[in-house]
Amino acid sequence: MAYDKFTVLKSTAVPMPIENVDTDQIIPARFLKATERKGFGDNLFRDWRFNADNTPKKDFVLNNPIYSGKILVGGKNFGSGSSREHAAWAIYDYGFRCVVSSFFADIFKNNSLNIGILPVQISPGFLDKILRAIEADPHAELEVSLPEQKITILASGEFEPFEINSYKKHNLMNGYDDIDYLQSMKEDIRVFAAKSIY
Amino acid sequence: MSNTPATLFDKVWDSHVVRKIADGPDVLFIDRHFIHEVTSPVAFLGLESRKLKVMFPEKTFATADHNTPTINQHLPVQDPLSANQLKALEVNAAKYGISHWGLGNPKNGIVHVVGPENGITLPGMTIVCGDSHTSTHGAFGAIAFGIGTSEVEMVLSSQCIMQPKPKKMRISVDGVLGKGITPKDVVLFIISRLTAAGATGYFVEFAGEVFGNMSMEGRMTVCNMSIEMGARGGMIAPDETTFNYIKGREKAPAGAAWDKALAYWKTLKTEEGAVFDKEYRFAAADIEPMITYGTNPGMGIGITKNIPLADAAGGSKSTYEKSLDYMGFHENEAMLGKKVDYVFIGSCTNGRIEDFRAFASIVKNRKKAEGVTAWIVPGSHIVEQQIKEEGILDILTAAGFQLRQPGCSACLAMNDDKIPAGKYAVSTSNRNFEGRQGPGARTMLASPLVAAAAAVTGVVTDPRTLLVD
Repeated sequence: MAYDKFTVLKSTAVPMPIENVDTDQIIPARFLKATERKGFGDNLFRDWRFNADNTPKKDFVLNNPIYSGKILVGGKNFGSGSSREHAAWAIYDYGFRCVVSSFFADIFKNNSLNIGILPVQISPGFLDKILRAIEADPHAELEVSLPEQKITILASGEFEPFEINSYKKHNLMNGYDDIDYLQSMKEDIRVFAAKSIY
Repeated sequence: MSNTPATLFDKVWDSHVVRKIADGPDVLFIDRHFIHEVTSPVAFLGLESRKLKVMFPEKTFATADHNTPTINQHLPVQDPLSANQLKALEVNAAKYGISHWGLGNPKNGIVHVVGPENGITLPGMTIVCGDSHTSTHGAFGAIAFGIGTSEVEMVLSSQCIMQPKPKKMRISVDGVLGKGITPKDVVLFIISRLTAAGATGYFVEFAGEVFGNMSMEGRMTVCNMSIEMGARGGMIAPDETTFNYIKGREKAPAGAAWDKALAYWKTLKTEEGAVFDKEYRFAAADIEPMITYGTNPGMGIGITKNIPLADAAGGSKSTYEKSLDYMGFHENEAMLGKKVDYVFIGSCTNGRIEDFRAFASIVKNRKKAEGVTAWIVPGSHIVEQQIKEEGILDILTAAGFQLRQPGCSACLAMNDDKIPAGKYAVSTSNRNFEGRQGPGARTMLASPLVAAAAAVTGVVTDPRTLLVD
């Protein structure tokens, strides 16, 4: 599925300084029953966001109108648990394009990159700085530059570089995906498969 | 060939790399692809919109498990959304020529149970599935891991995925396990030491005496939960136990093909002197029956211990407090004696015959505790059949338990098997996340023996006190 190209994102951010945010919280299993990729954002963080009677939980950050933006700032080990890509879909569908954390679970990171969300992994110290900047001013903006591979707190100018391999960087900046790449090397795959003992 | 001693992981990974991309991932050929109803429909839609075919339909196997009811499977599925997903799997499998074991098929069951029991899972393979517990298949010396739906589409259309090669970790457990200590306790112990993120970025090899002595069912339980410490997967070198398990299974090689495969499989081990990026070593004697008290699988302790103090638990204090608050537990409380409302035995972690034998060993000649609801769910129809043939069903029935039909069930509560809000469950599954077993459900992960002890006493109980010599 096509996604928006990612170059430079300047946005306010939503703080969620909780560790081990697992994919069952991001999108509970009972909302995985669709056969199309539609409407997952409505159930993003469903059980943290809504009471059993579907009224919003006032103390949850997504229900606090002070916070908004296309960047989600999470705690350590974000996206742990299930491989459900629905978690990344829900985050994308809700409107986030970038998730910032000091540590990501592997499968979540892969899934995000595959659908056009940029996972930005930074040091615990810089994560703290970002959270404090948002706490001081909920309208504080961050700038995530994929070409330059750095994230900046615009108010103070403080920044930190982040890692991404050049293949994925190229894909995200151009809206390409792995399926395009793999289709271009079908002959090599066929030759390889012919040698398999399985 | 270089002279550097290779690890098991290197041998299998490197032999599947179709292309290496500079400063990018490896293009990895996939030998076996399992699909189920939840994470595959959007991948098939992707194929359609791109007008792509399934490149090697004979390398993909479909089974329905996540959404299936565990009673009255002969009747139409009540939940229209679940029914729709199950139908989509059936239609997609038929359209693309993929083998499909749907509801009612005698081979049906949880994908990570039916793969091995039918000889589809073999040593030295690369195996993927849109499910994080695909790591289970690593018990056979395969590289097996969970993938997202975009990657399911990749495998369907090209039999490859693109992955950076993970780092390597070895976890050795030496010695002999004490009585009443099961593979589930071993893996919960390891995760409690490493934390839920302790192996992120790594592929783990489990090594040492304890795993060498373990049955294939036990090895599957261990590798299954590799993901719960963040690992991409876990694997155990194949040995005689592995080969004996595989031989004669329906889809396993036979005759000359068996001899050829076996000769290759015997080379699949880590060489002396091979280097890992990280190593851990534990002693079997330090492991007791384990139970979790929090909301991630790293929050586990020996069943006789008290809940750790926030300061001693490591990590963020507010996250720790949020977790205990959800569970309705407090620091320094004992786990023994805590009330249990529900017991669930099953799942891809503990839904195999050995798990039901263990459960039966404790409930035999005892009665289900009043006030406990127990869901006993075999991992497949083949396991269900074994339970009946071995007389385990008679033991369960005499003790007041009922056997349900196979599926993922209360492990992730996609079907009707949901633990009600606020209730406590001792569960042999793999995740104690908030709401995992139903909104507001409170999960304590444990072994089949601990589950059985809770089921007959109604409280958290050390199973060693109930074991008969």
